[in-house]
Amino acid sequence: MSSPAAAANVRHHFENAEQQKDASTIGMWIFLVTELMFFGGLFMAYFVYRQAYPDAFASASNKTDLLIGAFNTTVLICSSLTMALAVNAAAVGKKALLIMFLVATLLLGSAFLGVKTYEYHDKWVHHEIPGQHFECEGCKDSGHASLFFSLYFAMTGLHASHMIIGAGYLIFLIIQAKKGKFTPAWHTPVEMFGLYWHFIDIVWIFLFPLLYLIDRVHK
Amino acid sequence: MQAKPFELFPDAASSIAGSVDGLYAYMVLVSAFFSLLIAVLIIYFAVKYRRKDDHVPLPVDEHSIGGMILEIVWSVIPLGLSLVMFAWGASIFFTESKPPADAMEVFVTGKQWMWKIQHNEGAREINELHIPINRDIKLTMTSEDVIHDFYVPAFRTKADVLPGKYTTEWFRPTKVGEYHIFCAEYCGTKHSGMIGTVYVMTEPDYNKWLAAGSGEGSMAEQGQALFNQLGCGNCHASAFNKNLGRCPNLNGLFGTTVDLKDGTKTRMDETYIRESVLYPQSKIVAGYDDIMPTFKGLVTEDGLLKLVEYVKSMGTKNGAQMSAPPLATETSATDAKTGTPAKAGAAKTSAAPAVNVNRPGNQ
Amino acid sequence: MITATHPVETKKNYLNAEEGLKSWLLTSDHKRIAILYLISVTFFFALGGMYAALIRLELATPAGDLVESNVYNKFFTMHGVIMVFFFLIPSIPAVLGNFFLPMMIGAKDLAFPKINLLSWYIYMVGGVFTLYVLLSGGVDTGWTFYTPFSTSYSNGYVIAAGLGIFINGFSAILTGLNFIVTVHRMRAPGMTWFRMPLFVWAHYATSMIQILGTPVIAVTLFLLVLERGLHIGFFDPAYGGDPVLYQHLFWFYSHPAVYIMILPSMGVVTEIITTFCSKKPFGYTFIAFSSVAIAVFGFLVWGHHLFVSSQSIYAGLVFSVLSYIVAIPSAIKVFNWTATMYKGSVRLETPMLYAIGFIGLFTVGGLTGLFLASLGMNVHLTDTYFVIAHFHYVMVGGAIMGFMGGIHYWWPKMFGRMYSQVWSKVAAIIIFTGFNLTFFPQFILGYMGMPRRYHAYPAEWQVLNVLSSAGASILGLGYLIAIIYLLYSLKFGAIAPPNPWGATTLEWMTDSPPIAENFEVTPVITQEVYTYSAEEVLHVV
Repeated sequence: MSSPAAAANVRHHFENAEQQKDASTIGMWIFLVTELMFFGGLFMAYFVYRQAYPDAFASASNKTDLLIGAFNTTVLICSSLTMALAVNAAAVGKKALLIMFLVATLLLGSAFLGVKTYEYHDKWVHHEIPGQHFECEGCKDSGHASLFFSLYFAMTGLHASHMIIGAGYLIFLIIQAKKGKFTPAWHTPVEMFGLYWHFIDIVWIFLFPLLYLIDRVHK
Repeated sequence: MQAKPFELFPDAASSIAGSVDGLYAYMVLVSAFFSLLIAVLIIYFAVKYRRKDDHVPLPVDEHSIGGMILEIVWSVIPLGLSLVMFAWGASIFFTESKPPADAMEVFVTGKQWMWKIQHNEGAREINELHIPINRDIKLTMTSEDVIHDFYVPAFRTKADVLPGKYTTEWFRPTKVGEYHIFCAEYCGTKHSGMIGTVYVMTEPDYNKWLAAGSGEGSMAEQGQALFNQLGCGNCHASAFNKNLGRCPNLNGLFGTTVDLKDGTKTRMDETYIRESVLYPQSKIVAGYDDIMPTFKGLVTEDGLLKLVEYVKSMGTKNGAQMSAPPLATETSATDAKTGTPAKAGAAKTSAAPAVNVNRPGNQ
Repeated sequence: MITATHPVETKKNYLNAEEGLKSWLLTSDHKRIAILYLISVTFFFALGGMYAALIRLELATPAGDLVESNVYNKFFTMHGVIMVFFFLIPSIPAVLGNFFLPMMIGAKDLAFPKINLLSWYIYMVGGVFTLYVLLSGGVDTGWTFYTPFSTSYSNGYVIAAGLGIFINGFSAILTGLNFIVTVHRMRAPGMTWFRMPLFVWAHYATSMIQILGTPVIAVTLFLLVLERGLHIGFFDPAYGGDPVLYQHLFWFYSHPAVYIMILPSMGVVTEIITTFCSKKPFGYTFIAFSSVAIAVFGFLVWGHHLFVSSQSIYAGLVFSVLSYIVAIPSAIKVFNWTATMYKGSVRLETPMLYAIGFIGLFTVGGLTGLFLASLGMNVHLTDTYFVIAHFHYVMVGGAIMGFMGGIHYWWPKMFGRMYSQVWSKVAAIIIFTGFNLTFFPQFILGYMGMPRRYHAYPAEWQVLNVLSSAGASILGLGYLIAIIYLLYSLKFGAIAPPNPWGATTLEWMTDSPPIAENFEVTPVITQEVYTYSAEEVLHVV
């Protein structure tokens, strides 16, 4: 670990590049732990209310669009793949490939957000936004069904805001990559961002079944 | 309530107060012992081992004074003493949490910033609670707005009063007198004004007080009037309707366990009745369709308590207590009686549910 | 007895390494960031203290005659919000931890200096939100923001206050993250885990709570803001929600948050006692692991705030017994500190006075916690002044005594100046006396049944309330004296030697004030920690 590129990026308070990289990795994992607790509060609220009002949740969850949800899940999994490939490209020093995969990740992420916007709009049209004008045609126990939609918007909204922050950082990474900042010896930002992106993906992997799938059988 | 002289210990006026004070005495003794032990040791060491000059003595090896043994001793002894506190406190708590079955029932509705109290016999009072001595009293409580807490220090007990559910609290007063009621859960601007007085009276005095009370009829009678006014009897069998088969017959149902449509069971209690009136679709009894409309916004918390009491009175299938004639409409009239704030409260409860308007024709 | 290499001539240190305001606002030096935090938390402490003074002034008479009840409600809310989130939580970690944690393990800085600066800015943004709330009319929900009052009934600026705390939370998360990574990866050669000073262990445990607990309060306040601002219901029964769920989520963070406040203070006290007894702390491993045990068990006891909230009685049983178990590590610490003094070489300098005060007051605070952990007793005492007295004994008698002790202990290192020994001892004694007079009567009031957050109270309780108000003015005077002589010492104090107290930890092995890089060369540790005997001199290579 003493290539000039790596050494150039070692900040003054670290002894060497290895120590710096270790610190970044641990730091990122700890950050993801805090993110887990952040979403954890919402998951806890979801489980408590689902347990209390199973019928309301079952009927309300049937209002989500399974097809759109499945499509978005696929898009997000693909973006995780392209992100993993981008990290690999950075590790082997293939600049063109790195940029290509980063752009692909950005496009897939944007596609996800676009579809999500459409879904929100759809909910808006159908008055399925909790609040004064909330309506839920065909929902059982609509007094409690609105809780499902409250949680739906809080959970997917928080998830989407993480995606937006991620997309912003991706643009920054693409610019950095174009400038040739990343080398096989030092591409920590790409690697750390990869962890973040996979984390968002995993959160969705839990959200999708909880919000879209779990009560389909109830019909 | 007359002013009291300066004192350092509260009145003990309930059956539970003695055991709470006993536990308190034990805890004060344990705490005083350890506080003094630590204080004396620190002062003694600070004086005895105070550095006299700049000479630094060679430190002692901690193992020479049995470090490990000491650590175990001062972990295990406090643990033992505190587990006694736990067990003692838990046993008092169990007594406090389980109202005796034959307790006299009183209904409490908290709202910003007053206590509305209804006696089973029909008497109503605001910020005052008259009760007889040496009788178990059970409060069934709910709130019209925010969280309150019904606290009587002289009885050493309190319980939160929540919107949207019923909580209970019980005590057995043992000393005639007047005692503070406080709201102990912060509830807004006039939180410190949400206070009142408990009057513990001798049995004859209490009966005299009851007799002088309002002639609105008992809680169950008022509930029955409301039941008819809301048209509940059109479907639910009551003394006046025969069971039409579309809705569960409420006679003799209270306190039983009913099977629900989704295969689970639930106990037919105060909370279930309340939930069924406000959210009829959430727990449907097996064998029935969800045809009941919600009464959210149409019935106040006071009214709900009366309905609950009426359904409870159907506990026995004997129609004796159903023979009371239907009374005039009660809901808004009784509220107006309690003074202007009650109106504001009623407006609030009817305004809030508008958020979730649930059409009767939802099926 | 201690040899360290530092040239004689006056040289650059972190304070004069660069000049100008910009060099401070854009610094990434953990020591300078600590100073930025010191100034900001002192400001918020003064602000929160002002509200405390107004509260005590109102309560000097039974009638609510000084201010209207809605104004009084804003007083105690602002007092709580400012003191908890903007003073107590950042106080020791962000000031003393920031400054000394890297130095104590021989590091040049925290692992992520820029994130460290960022966390100060986040803290300030959160603070600006709070100041906005304060100037625009305040918030009247109590610092606990219980629903549905906060979401549907309060007239205050709940959203701005909630966002302020939400934002501020990220500052604590980032500080905690930085500390954990620093402890894991930045230790100097030879600095094994069990050679770390106990101050570092305490901060490591604190950081675990910060990173695990803070996100939960953040998301809870996020839901609160959604419910209040957009009527997207979660907790208000009018929207189908359950207000008790809010209380669970709130206390899941806010109970461990108590340990965020007290653990660092325990770390400070351990350092002070070992130094001023010139003796290795009794039971090093027990003190270290009791910090970790407090952090872990602290997460399992939040339900003891909900004994009367309609929570299941069986849940109450579990939370009660766990609350007693979490008390044991604290007891272990108190006994170990006391045993450290046994056959020590005790010097009653100002920091030691604060440390001794801490042990006494924390013992009372901890023992009264046992009252509240007991189910049957809690039913009577919860939401009364007994609770107020209990947590002020822990927060003020514990956390702030530790903070004051730490400031006096490390002041010579931070600024290179000594403060007045006489005045500082006088202030310490005044603070101790004033504190007890303020809060001890509140235990009695609590058992009498005086509920908290009351603007007016029955006349029979006036005597005790007047005592409390009188104590508060004495307490305030003590803090004022301390601020004056500390500021005075910055310019006129005697020059401090590198190691004025004869301490053994690494931060004393460099100049006072330290150079920007902390050490001339990276220290190599070859000795056990806290080696006071003359034969085993700590060598800094």
